[in-house]
Amino acid sequence: MTGKPRLAVWKFASCDGCQLSLLDCEDELLAVAGAVDIAYFPEATRGVLKGPYDVSLVEGSVTTPHDAERLHEVRRQSRTLITIGACATAGGIQALRNFKDVRDFTAIVYARPDYIDTLATSTPISAHVNVDFELRGCPINKHQLLEVLVAYLHRRKPNIPPHSVCMECKARGTVCVLVRGAASCLGPVTHAGCGAICPAYNRGCYGCFGPKETPNTVSLSRKLRNDGMNERDLQRVYRTFNAGAEAFREEGDRHGT
Amino acid sequence: MERRTIKVDVLARVEGEGALRLVIEDGKLRDAELRIFEPPRFFEAFLRGRSFMEVPDITARICGICPVAYQMSAVHAMEDALGIAVTPEIRALRRLLYCGEWIESHVLHMYMLHAPDFLGYDGAVEMAKDHPDVVRDGLALKKLGNEILRLLGGREVHPINVRVGGFYRVPSKRELRELRDGLLRGRDASLATVKLVAGFEFPDVERDYEFVSLGHAGEYPFNAGHVVSNKGLDITPQQYDAHFEEFHVKRSNALHSRHIGHGAYLTGPLARYSLNSALLSPLAQEAAKQAGLGPTCNNPFRSIVIRAVEVVYAFDEALRIIDAYQPPDRPFVDTPVRAGVGYACTEAPRGMLYHRYRLDTEGSVLDAKIVPPTSQNQPSIEADLLDFAPRWLDLPDERLGHLCEQAIRNHDPCISCATHFLKLDVVRG
Repeated sequence: MTGKPRLAVWKFASCDGCQLSLLDCEDELLAVAGAVDIAYFPEATRGVLKGPYDVSLVEGSVTTPHDAERLHEVRRQSRTLITIGACATAGGIQALRNFKDVRDFTAIVYARPDYIDTLATSTPISAHVNVDFELRGCPINKHQLLEVLVAYLHRRKPNIPPHSVCMECKARGTVCVLVRGAASCLGPVTHAGCGAICPAYNRGCYGCFGPKETPNTVSLSRKLRNDGMNERDLQRVYRTFNAGAEAFREEGDRHGT
Repeated sequence: MERRTIKVDVLARVEGEGALRLVIEDGKLRDAELRIFEPPRFFEAFLRGRSFMEVPDITARICGICPVAYQMSAVHAMEDALGIAVTPEIRALRRLLYCGEWIESHVLHMYMLHAPDFLGYDGAVEMAKDHPDVVRDGLALKKLGNEILRLLGGREVHPINVRVGGFYRVPSKRELRELRDGLLRGRDASLATVKLVAGFEFPDVERDYEFVSLGHAGEYPFNAGHVVSNKGLDITPQQYDAHFEEFHVKRSNALHSRHIGHGAYLTGPLARYSLNSALLSPLAQEAAKQAGLGPTCNNPFRSIVIRAVEVVYAFDEALRIIDAYQPPDRPFVDTPVRAGVGYACTEAPRGMLYHRYRLDTEGSVLDAKIVPPTSQNQPSIEADLLDFAPRWLDLPDERLGHLCEQAIRNHDPCISCATHFLKLDVVRG
């Protein structure tokens, strides 16, 4: 026992990319490891310290009955529970199953579906347990992850602005791709945090950080339609990595063929 | 009857969720299995109806460790379906992006996941207490791979700059030149890595694998070539389905693959190296020789040495591409839509990755098939366990279990990758 705060990293249905972001903190990782006890992080270590844990980072969405139960145990063991990434905060890309009728799947013949145990939906962590903080992104921004960790270790509020990607384009000096007609862009309704990478690479934002605070999706959809996007594509752009987030789900439902 | 069961419920230091189970009866190994309980995410089901242009970004989300591999197999398969060819400049930039991913992924595996086995630690953070320089060197190398991904891809995990036909934006000569000093440093450091890992102690075992990788490409393979093996296979990616099949076993949420009429096969660094070592750069070939490797390698525990050699090659190749770089006139070639089927294999860090898509006249996906390296390798990983574990049965459970864990880790399985096919049996929750 060192008396240092205990950090645990948990995985549900996901690609591992968000927890990898912690290992991608090449310059800071050893400092983090010095400030906390990494008590449970199977992707990085065989070593396991028993709970309870001061801070739990939770990656992934809930897609099986077993995972739904396991999540309650994680919550019981965790003083602070922080979800990392679009899967954990909105159900992830795998939440696209939520829009399908079961018959669409059973019409497709698979090897041995009886071997698989899965739920009809992919749901975010907050649909099952109380969550202390949700960090957005598919994947998360590693600098924001460090900010959230440091904030919770010092018991202060993390500085994670909830405004749109547009603000980051302005800060970066990127000329608006939507205004100059270079690309369709979800930036006006998308949560900041990535640093507005896509417009800087000549493409529109595709919404991987999910909806910003109070997004005006109706207005953006009108603009995209006026620029020539058809109904089917309008539905597609909202139904990607944050398809299960409320504002994107509702806007996607308004469109389609 | 004396029955001894050794279980490792959560395999550590692999990407995703898996478990190991050995059953020993009367001193004989009866069964060895790698169970995959990572929940399936059904990518192939929900890719149906998506636009061909969205597929590289969607399939990247299959794996946060090797998203570039998914993007590369996806764009090549789409270009095959559309009947278009990219320019040599774009092809070179794709190789450069792959160099970044190989460096990042291989270094992560060597230093943070695999080396702790050889040096006797639970993980890299624990290892850093006694070997801070080793861990720091590893992190510095990994960062250099990530710098390529960040410049060319926009970010390290799920890069945003890859599109069917090329890139959204190509770097200027000056931007690429700014990577040069770091890559030169990295190349020197990677030679030291080869020395370090070649000095580890390896169990003296060999297996008669059927190695499968891309080959006959006139270059060490990333994203071009035939699918070849050391047992006579030589086909194009378009012929893949006629030669390989997948089957479903109950213990695993991942499909297994076999070479029809032959059985288990192995893809990944061991296979790539054994089929293509003559195509490595002179510097990488010399490093391999110094490390005691011959032209082929059948000891999976030495895969860490081959990864180190491939990292030397990736730095060398990245520098070659940067020095020869001429920005293309346009960042991408046009992608006129037509109905068709497209196929591609590329070399993910942990092995060959096959994609196949059928598109309708509007470019929407009618069906998709994705075969990740870990599905292909799973039967060989279990065969490794069945071959090696009987030699270790006299060891205490903890030691035996750990050696078997290492035998799995040799192949850098990516369990998140492997669980995407299985479609579904619905339990209403």
